[in-house]
Amino acid sequence: MKEIMVRAIYCEMLGYEASFSYIHAIKLAQQGSAIEKRVGYLAVSLFLNESHDLLLLLVNTVLKDLQSTNLIEVCMALTVVSQLFPKDMIPAILPLVEEKLTNPKEIIRRKAVLALHKFYLIAPNQVQHIHSKFRKALCDKDPGVMTASLHIYLQLIKNPDSYKDLTGSFVAILRQVVGGKLPVDFNYHNVPAPWLQIQLLRILSLLGKDDQSTSELMYEVLDESLRRAEMNHNITYAILYECVKAIYTIYPKSELLEKAAKCIGNFVVSPKINLKYLGLKALTYVVQQDASLALQHQMTIIECLDHSDSIIKRETLEVLFRITNVKNVAVIVEKMLDFLKNVFMEPDILFLLYVGCFPLLSDTYSPNNEWFIQTMNVVFSLGGELMHPDIPNNFLRLLAQGFGSEEEEQQQLRVFAVDSYLTLLESDTAHLPQRFLQVISWALGEFSYLKDGLEPCKVTKLLAKLLDERNVTSESRSWILSAMAKLSAGPGAAALALQVSERYSSSLDTVLRQQALELLHLSQDPELHARFFHLWHVQVDSSLSFLDSFVSEALSQGAAPYKAPHQRQEELRQEKALSLEPYSISLPVSLSSCSITDRQSPTLLSMSSSLSGNSNELKAGSSTLKLEGVKRVWGKEGYLHQQDAVEEAAQVEEAATPALPLSPQQGGAESQQTHGDLTVVEQEKQKLASSLFVGLGSQNSTFLMGKSDSTSQQFRRKTRAADSTSSGVSERSSSSSHSSCSDFLHNNLLEDSQNSLNTQKIGVSNGTHEGPVTQSFQTTSKETSPFLDAGMVLVQPCSPQTELRDFVQPGSSGITQTSLRSQFPPELSQLPHSDISLLSSDHSLSLSACRAYRDDALLFVIILSNCSQSSTNGLSVQLDCKHIFETFSTLIQVEPHTQVTVAGSVSYRAVPGHTQTLQFTDKLFLTDFIRPLTLSTEEYGKLWLSFSQDVRQNLKLIQGEGDPLRATLSALKEQLQLHIVDIIGSEGIVACRLLPDSPCLLHCRIHGGSLAVWLRSPLLSLPDCLLYYCQKTLEEC
Amino acid sequence: MIKAILIFNNHGKPRLSKFYEHYSEDTEQQIIRETFHLVSKRDENVCNFLEGGMLIGGSDNKLIYRHYATLYFVFCVDSSESELGILDLIQVFVETLDKCFENVCELDLIFHVDKVHHILSEMVMGGMVLETNMNEIITHVDAQNKMEKSEAGIAGAPARAVSAVKNMNLPEIPKNINIGDISIKVPNLPSFK
Repeated sequence: MKEIMVRAIYCEMLGYEASFSYIHAIKLAQQGSAIEKRVGYLAVSLFLNESHDLLLLLVNTVLKDLQSTNLIEVCMALTVVSQLFPKDMIPAILPLVEEKLTNPKEIIRRKAVLALHKFYLIAPNQVQHIHSKFRKALCDKDPGVMTASLHIYLQLIKNPDSYKDLTGSFVAILRQVVGGKLPVDFNYHNVPAPWLQIQLLRILSLLGKDDQSTSELMYEVLDESLRRAEMNHNITYAILYECVKAIYTIYPKSELLEKAAKCIGNFVVSPKINLKYLGLKALTYVVQQDASLALQHQMTIIECLDHSDSIIKRETLEVLFRITNVKNVAVIVEKMLDFLKNVFMEPDILFLLYVGCFPLLSDTYSPNNEWFIQTMNVVFSLGGELMHPDIPNNFLRLLAQGFGSEEEEQQQLRVFAVDSYLTLLESDTAHLPQRFLQVISWALGEFSYLKDGLEPCKVTKLLAKLLDERNVTSESRSWILSAMAKLSAGPGAAALALQVSERYSSSLDTVLRQQALELLHLSQDPELHARFFHLWHVQVDSSLSFLDSFVSEALSQGAAPYKAPHQRQEELRQEKALSLEPYSISLPVSLSSCSITDRQSPTLLSMSSSLSGNSNELKAGSSTLKLEGVKRVWGKEGYLHQQDAVEEAAQVEEAATPALPLSPQQGGAESQQTHGDLTVVEQEKQKLASSLFVGLGSQNSTFLMGKSDSTSQQFRRKTRAADSTSSGVSERSSSSSHSSCSDFLHNNLLEDSQNSLNTQKIGVSNGTHEGPVTQSFQTTSKETSPFLDAGMVLVQPCSPQTELRDFVQPGSSGITQTSLRSQFPPELSQLPHSDISLLSSDHSLSLSACRAYRDDALLFVIILSNCSQSSTNGLSVQLDCKHIFETFSTLIQVEPHTQVTVAGSVSYRAVPGHTQTLQFTDKLFLTDFIRPLTLSTEEYGKLWLSFSQDVRQNLKLIQGEGDPLRATLSALKEQLQLHIVDIIGSEGIVACRLLPDSPCLLHCRIHGGSLAVWLRSPLLSLPDCLLYYCQKTLEEC
Repeated sequence: MIKAILIFNNHGKPRLSKFYEHYSEDTEQQIIRETFHLVSKRDENVCNFLEGGMLIGGSDNKLIYRHYATLYFVFCVDSSESELGILDLIQVFVETLDKCFENVCELDLIFHVDKVHHILSEMVMGGMVLETNMNEIITHVDAQNKMEKSEAGIAGAPARAVSAVKNMNLPEIPKNINIGDISIKVPNLPSFK
C-alpha cells in the first residue's frame, strides 16, 4: 500500500490525475502503522487542499494523533495541521495544539508554534486570546522555539503599535546572537544563527519605523551587527543587507546611515552578480531618502544598464525611475525604450514605463507635449497586443480629461496627438498593433475637429482606408466605425459614410452590421446626429432608486430579498460546513414570523447600495470644490515650491559637474587596458551620466514614482491635495489669514464629512497675546452645525499667567490635564469625550489631543499650547491626511480595522526665521466610531433577516451579583457604546452602528458557562473587529 | 513565506513539487512549466533571483534558484523572505540530501520521493523555515526512520525475517571475497594437500 501511494504521489506530481487514491491516502493515515501513517499524511498534504471535502475525514485522525504519546505521531499531526486544515474545524483542535506549547520536547513546542502561526494566518480572530502564549514562546529556553515564534511576531508586528514594549527583548536577543552566546550548533559557516538574525532585523525595522524613541534603542545593536558581519560569505551579506534596510527604515541616525551607505557601495561594485542585484535593490530603496547616493554610484549604474543580465538591467531602470525628474526624463525614457526594443517584451515593464511617463507629464515635467505623444506612440507600437489594457484606457482618459493643466495646453496636446496620428495613418499602417489603431481612431473621432483646416472628410477617408485593411480585427473595425459616426456630419463625409455603411451592413459580424446601420442613419440625418452627440452627459442614477417601488412590491408578495453573490456563496459554504453548534438559533426563527409588509424595508435593504452611489456623487462634488481651494490657497505655494526645486536642481547640477571627472577614473581604469579608443567611450558615458543624474537633489522626493503609483493615478488630484493638507494659522488672528485658512479647511473637511472624521479644530492658546477671545466660524450653506461641516478654526488666545508657569515646568503632564480642560471649548465639553492626552511637546509648544464623540461624527481635537514666554509665529498644523483619507474611506467604510494611526506635525517659528517642527501620532480605535443604534425589537428582527452572514464567538460572562447576562451586556454597553435592544430570559439583542451608517447586530445567549454571540453586519469584517473589542473589554472587567 | 518549492531537471521534468498555497491541479503544472521556462533560459553567470511568473503572483513574488548538474532547485518566496538567506537554505537542503542519500543524484529523487518530502518537511513547515541546521534535520529524519523500523517489527514479521537473513548474509559474502581472508586462506590450502 505504501509503495502504491508513493507512486500515486509521483503521478500527481507529473500532472496525471490520481483523485481515486485520495480516499486511500486518508485511510492510510487513519489505520496504518507508523510507517504507513507517515506516507498517508504526506500523500494527504500533497493531494488535498484546505477546502477539499475529504479533509473533514482527516480531522478525527489528527485529533487522535495529537493526543498520542508517541512523539513522532504528534510531530506528523502537527506538520499536517500546518500544511492544511479546514478553517471551521480550528476550534476543535486549538486546545490540543495550545497544550503542546508546554510539551517538554523542544521539537514539539516548535512545531506547535508554527501550527498556531498557520491558524493566525487563516483565522486571526480565533487565536486572539493566546497572544500571551506567544510571548511565552518568545521567552522559551530553547532558541529553536524562539526562532519559530519570530515567524508569528513578524506577522503580528505588521501592526506595530501594541508590540513596542517588546523592542527591548528583541534587541537583547539580537545582541546575544550577534555576540555568539548561542550554542555552536546554531552556527552556519561560522556565523551565529544567520536566519535568526535576518528575522530579528526585519522585526526591528518594522518596530522602529517612524518612531524615534524605539529606534534609539536599536542603534547600538545595529551598529554592532554591521561591524560583526565581516564580508566573507553569502550569508553574511544577507545579514548586512537586512541591516542596511533596517537602518534606512527606522528613524535615521547620520552615523549609521553613513556606514550603511558605504555598505551599499560595496554591494553595488561587487563582482558577484547576486550582490550587485541586492545593491541595486537597496539603492532603489535608499534614493527615495537620499538621492545623492545615486550620484556617487552613477558610473556603476550606467555600466549596469549595459549588463548582460536582464534582471540587473531591470533593477537599474527601477533605480533610474526613482531619480527621474524634469531634466533627465527624456534620457531615461529613451533608455527604457532601448531596453524594450532589444531585450524582450514584458508587459509589466511596459506598464512600468507608462506609469513612469504618466506622472511626469501630468506634473508637466515632460519637456513638451509633443515629446509625450511621440513617446506614447513608440510605446504603443512596440507594446502591441501584449500591453496591459489599462495603458490605452488611461491614455485616452488623459486625453479626454486632461490633467488639470491649462485648457489651452490641453488643446495643444490633443492637436499634437491628432497631427501625429494623421501622419501615421498616411504612411503604412499594416505594422501597427490593434490596440494602437483603436486609440488612434478614438482620438481622431473625438478631437480631429480641434485642428484648423482639417476636413472631416479627409479623416474619414483615412479611416475608411484603414477599415479596408485586411489584418484589422473586427474589434478595431467597430472602433473605427464609431469614430466615423462621430465625424459623419460634414458634407463630404456623408457620401463616404454611405459607401462604407453599405459595404458593412451586410457583414457577418452583427456588431459591425449594427454600427454600419447606425452610421448610415446618423450621416443622413444631421439633426439626429447633433441631438445624439449632445446626449453625452446623461445623468445615471446609480442607486437604481426608481426600482424601489418594484422591489417593495415584489417583497410584499413574498419574494426573497436580494443577496449579494458573496453572501450567497457564504451561505452555501456554511450549509456545507459541519455545524458545531446546537441546531436552531431561537431568536431569528421567532422573528421570521413577522412578515415583511412594511414599505420601508426595501429601502433599508438597498440602503447600502444607494449609500455608495451617493458617496460617489459627493466625492465628485467635493473634488471640484476642493480644486478651487487648491488653486486659491495652494497655487502660490505650489509655484513657490517649484521654483525652489529648480533652484536646487541648478545647485546640484553645479555640484555634479565637478564630481564627474573623479568617477570616470575609477570606471575607466579597468577598461583602459582593453580599449584604445576608451576616451570616446568614457566621454559618452560621462555625457550619459550627466544627463541622467542631472537635477538630483534633496528635493527630489517630489519627483518620485514607482510601481506603487500605478494605482493612485486616477486619484492623483485627491492625494496631492491630501498630502499637502496643512493650514497656516497666523497667531495674530488677522482676518485675512483666517479666511484663507478656514476656507481651506472647509474645503478639505467637506471631503472629510463623508469619511466620518469630521472636524479638525485648532485652538491656539498663546501666553503673550492678550486680546479678547476671537472665534471665527465658517459654515457651509446647507448644513446647520458649524462644527461638523465647516472647518472651524478656533483661535483662542488667552493668558492666564499661572498656566504659563505650569507649562514651563518639566514633566507638567499632570497639570496640563486640568489646565487644558479649562480651556476646552464649551461646545465640546458638553459632548462625551476621551481624556485629553499629551501627544508630544518640546520646550516651547505642547500638543494634546482628545476625541469627542458626537452622535454622527468623531471630532478629533488638537490643542496646542505655548508654554514659553515668547510668542510663536507662523504656526501651521499638518495632518497626515493622505493616510487618514485612505484608511478611513477604505478601512472604516469598506473593511473595518481595529485601529488606525493618525500622524501629523506642527511647525512654528519661535525665533524669526527658524522653523521648528513637532511630530505627533495618535491612534484612533474602532470603538471611537461605534455609536449606539436605537431600534425597536421589531426593527431589529427585520434588519437581522436582511443580513445573512453570521459570525459566532463565545465570550466570557461576568460573574457578579445579579443576572450575569445583564451585567455583561451593560459592561459592553458602557465600554463600547452599544444599544441594548431587549433582554428576554437568557437571551439579549444588542445593536450598534459604525459611523456613518453601517449597522452591526449582536444576538447574545447564555450557553453553558459562557456567552454565545452571533453577529451580523453588512460589512464583512466589522463583526470580527467588534468581537475583538468585546473580548478585550470583558477581559478587563 | 515560501509559496512553493520546485525541483525539475534540465528538460523541465518535475522531480519534486511542494506548494504551500493552494493552486488547482492544472495551475500547478502550468506554474512548473512557466518557472522552468523562466529559469532555463538564464545563463550561468547571471544572478540567482528573478521575478516570479504571472501565475504565481507576478512581481510580488521572487524565484530564487540554484542549478546543480542536472537539477534546478527553485524556491518561490514572497517579499518577507531574504533572498540570500533562501539561497543558502537551498544549499543546506542539497547538502542534507547529499548526506542522506550519499552522493545524491536525480535517480534518488525519483525513487525516494517520499524520503525527500520527509526531509523537506523537517526544514520547511507550512511555508515557514523550521530548521536550518543540517545535523538537526538528519537527526529528526533518522528518528522517524528508526521508529518505522521498530514498528515494522510488529506488523511485518515475515518481512523482517527476510531482511534479517539478508542482513546476516550480506556481511558474510563480502568476507569471503575479501582479499584479507583469501590471503590468509590461500597459504593454508597447500599444506592440506
